[in-house]
Amino acid sequence: MRLRVVLATIAVITAGVATFAAVTDGFRAATSEAAWRLAVAERPHPLPDATLVDQSGRAFRLSALRGRPVLIEFFYTSCPAICGLLASQFQAGFERLIAEPERPEVRLLSVSFDPERDTVMELADYAARLGVDGRIWRVARASYSAELQSLLDAFGVIVLPDGAGGFIHNTAIYLVDAEGRLARIYDPDAAERAIAELGA
Amino acid sequence: MIPGLLLYAVLVMPPVAAWLEGSMVGHMLIQIPLLALAGGLVARGTVGGRRAVFAGFNAGGCPGLLVAVFAAAVWMLPRMLDAALRSPLVELAKLTTVPLLVGVPLALSWPLLPPVARGFVWANLISHAAVLGWLYTVAPSRLCTRYLFDQQATVGVALLIVAMALLVGWGWFVIVGAPIRLWSYDRTRRQLI
Repeated sequence: MRLRVVLATIAVITAGVATFAAVTDGFRAATSEAAWRLAVAERPHPLPDATLVDQSGRAFRLSALRGRPVLIEFFYTSCPAICGLLASQFQAGFERLIAEPERPEVRLLSVSFDPERDTVMELADYAARLGVDGRIWRVARASYSAELQSLLDAFGVIVLPDGAGGFIHNTAIYLVDAEGRLARIYDPDAAERAIAELGA
Repeated sequence: MIPGLLLYAVLVMPPVAAWLEGSMVGHMLIQIPLLALAGGLVARGTVGGRRAVFAGFNAGGCPGLLVAVFAAAVWMLPRMLDAALRSPLVELAKLTTVPLLVGVPLALSWPLLPPVARGFVWANLISHAAVLGWLYTVAPSRLCTRYLFDQQATVGVALLIVAMALLVGWGWFVIVGAPIRLWSYDRTRRQLI
């Protein structure tokens, strides 16, 4: 009887630890966000070739950015909180890039997920306030709402209405590699570190 | 057994499931515990012979308790809550494994546990609820991507309240020697006294 109980206990602990390890990627990710970052870091993910329109009204496809790494953030201009931090991070990164004579061929792209309010004119105002140059750093919105959703899904960005006209959303800096794949996800305050890792 | 089956039938009704899963508190602190309770009620209603099938492996209740602890720990992970909302298959897994692997083994094992082990379980449950509650209250980022930030803080407060309630209930049991009864029932007079 006692042997059976000991064996059953060992079997339960083994199965329990194995299951827990399996659902946490080896005890490394307890949240969806952490799991997604891990999955992207281990295997770059392909992205849909969405059509975007920048602050000057120029339409371009995401695939047109291939050939050099791009750091992407998602935001909406009327965000009262975290998007401001991201914008200041991109601003600092942008200033670092233009100050470096031997700067790496990194591009910055800010994509709005609020096409209703963030019109091209609104984006132009926003870009002017931040000093966006339109070459190294562009601010854009998706041309089509269906494409915006597939873009958000591909990046793992979840946007929920907050009930007060704004949005609750996860925030990060996304590295798209020269092949156009999502290759790494950084914390929202890590733009300069991301640029440093890319060689600046 | 019938109350457990009825409770389960209500919990898996799509409108009820959707309503409970609409908030983080409803999902984590109401639906999952009630699913476990449904499994436990069904298990308590099974005949003794069926319990005996596992009795040889579960003498003292430790293996059964561990099954419940591991299964509950898995379904308390924020990513599992997200996954259940995202994937019907994971949702189905939750609706089946919580009653079967949390409620049933807990109900069958609890009476077998020695008092010291029960005290250990209570103490851990209270401390974990308190620590988790505090972590959910102060976490700077969202742990579940499918729920709003304020719902996470609400879960934290609710967990702290649960911890306090469990502490009061357990303390009462330790001091008085009997569970708290909000009323008592005299079977001979068949009336509330």
